Amino acid sequence: MVKKTKSLNLNFGPQHPAAHGVLRLILELDGEVVEKADPHIGLLHRGTEKLIEQKTYTQALPYFDRLDYVAPMNQEHAFALAAEKLLKIEVPIRAKYIRVIFCEIGRILSHILNVTTQALDVGALTPSLWGFEERETLMTFYERASGSRLHANYFRTGGVHQDIPLKLIEDIEKFCKSFPKIIDDLEGLLTDNRIFKQRNVEIGIVKKQEALDHSFSGVMLRGSGVPWDLRRSQPYEIYNELDFKIPIGKNGDCYDRYLCRIQEMRESVKIILQCIERLPKGPVKSIDGKISPPSRDDLKQSMEALIHHFKLFTEGYRVPKGDVYTAVEAPKGEFGVYLISDGSNKPYRCKIRAPGFSHLQAMDYLIRGHMLADVPAVLGSLDIVFGEVDR
Amino acid sequence: MLAYLKKLEKLINSELSSKIQSSLIENNELLIEINENDLIQVVQFLKSDEKFKFRQLIDIAGVDYPDEERRFRLVYLFLSHENNNRLKLSIKFEINQVIDSITKIFPSANWMEREVFDMYGIKFKNHPDLRRILTDYGFKGHPLRKDFPLTGFNEVRYSEKEKKVIYEPVKLEQNYRNFDFESPWEGTEYLKNVKKMEKDGKKN
Repeated sequence: MVKKTKSLNLNFGPQHPAAHGVLRLILELDGEVVEKADPHIGLLHRGTEKLIEQKTYTQALPYFDRLDYVAPMNQEHAFALAAEKLLKIEVPIRAKYIRVIFCEIGRILSHILNVTTQALDVGALTPSLWGFEERETLMTFYERASGSRLHANYFRTGGVHQDIPLKLIEDIEKFCKSFPKIIDDLEGLLTDNRIFKQRNVEIGIVKKQEALDHSFSGVMLRGSGVPWDLRRSQPYEIYNELDFKIPIGKNGDCYDRYLCRIQEMRESVKIILQCIERLPKGPVKSIDGKISPPSRDDLKQSMEALIHHFKLFTEGYRVPKGDVYTAVEAPKGEFGVYLISDGSNKPYRCKIRAPGFSHLQAMDYLIRGHMLADVPAVLGSLDIVFGEVDR
Repeated sequence: MLAYLKKLEKLINSELSSKIQSSLIENNELLIEINENDLIQVVQFLKSDEKFKFRQLIDIAGVDYPDEERRFRLVYLFLSHENNNRLKLSIKFEINQVIDSITKIFPSANWMEREVFDMYGIKFKNHPDLRRILTDYGFKGHPLRKDFPLTGFNEVRYSEKEKKVIYEPVKLEQNYRNFDFESPWEGTEYLKNVKKMEKDGKKN
């Protein structure tokens, strides 16, 4: 007699600590083996794209902090670049350096969170305690530059909001000198750890071709051995002048992706140090009065500055007709903004390309045939943040 | 970069001459417009041809132009790692038209098309699983259409009385204010109307 078995449907989330947010994953299980995974997303959908259509370009920027909220400035960067491309304006060189410094800080922020929570998902508690202490320091840097720890709203079309204080640069440098030691400590806990390896090696393997077909980018692509990083291949700001390496994985499994992230943090530290060393003096935002607001001093002295100020904070600036796609290498992959302007002061359409969206889409392909216990490991190494997936 | 794009534009025009409606280089980006019926063939060609190798679909963006007869526009963004360039492919079509799904060529188009369907109500032929993706279960309407109000139609809250989450029509303390900045020195839209009425009134 043949024994009949029935597959079991399991709801993973939307309230599950290892789901990294509000993911409802419907799993079809045969015993402990996953036969099918159907991610239900959108539980954090806030209609960012619709809202941006109703706001001026300056007002639209803060929405980007709320997408991938573990590396806010990287998102702002993509939007600022898109608007600048349409307006055809130049960013002062000092602003470029400051932007790069904070984007790399964002990369470290995101990678610390990902590496340590992935470790947490597979059973290691200590890395997250050590890692979050460093994140706290980095967020203080955010706060000292922009006034807020998380939702910075610091980048502007044409530069950054304010210059950074001298002491802050010193402190960032100090952090960069001490941080590699922390990465060593984290690696000491994880890289050769037997349990960590058992849970991650040869789990969630992505082949080169599949990574391309599934629109993977960032670490997900590099972990599978594709040498592709927008900072190198389509350089923006000053990345072409900096010396850094792009770590590439070999097997495309969760463990390789972990190693890539660790290496990327080391490279980011190198980039920040180079930027600090070269940081030139000068203005930090475009000197075009039609785009960047005047200084407080000018406001008291000049009628023209007062008019500009009034116009910029009521009407905003008008952006010439056209459409552009700009992408930056965010910590999670290619983050892009496709912006259509109809010549008014508000974007006609702003499509946000979030890397996590494509990565999560491949969940079914990644997890099929794996055990239930591998779901958190794979999900952790996808580096999902729901702010950007749901938008 | 620009010279390279011009070469690419020429090459595409010569290889796909009959299918290209127009091509445009703007802001260092190449935009190609094709007929919606040629979509599958063109995408397949761009992906597999040795000269182009657009092996990665980056995103699909829907756009709504409510005043035009061909109301919707889809923009497909492609990336070629080998040649290190990007391409935008655009199609325009009417409200009730069904568009061919490209999920067979690019598996990642699955969710992207679902998102377009959810946000604009554009239907795709031969899509394996065309469900809503970002909006709530049982949601009605297509939020990114320009005629969909920003505030939506229904709001959701927990009812202490019924001990469950309930849906009810949106009630606003104050209507959404959309300021008109088109010509601030001549007064806003309604002032212009008032002036015009006064003028007309004097005439009569």
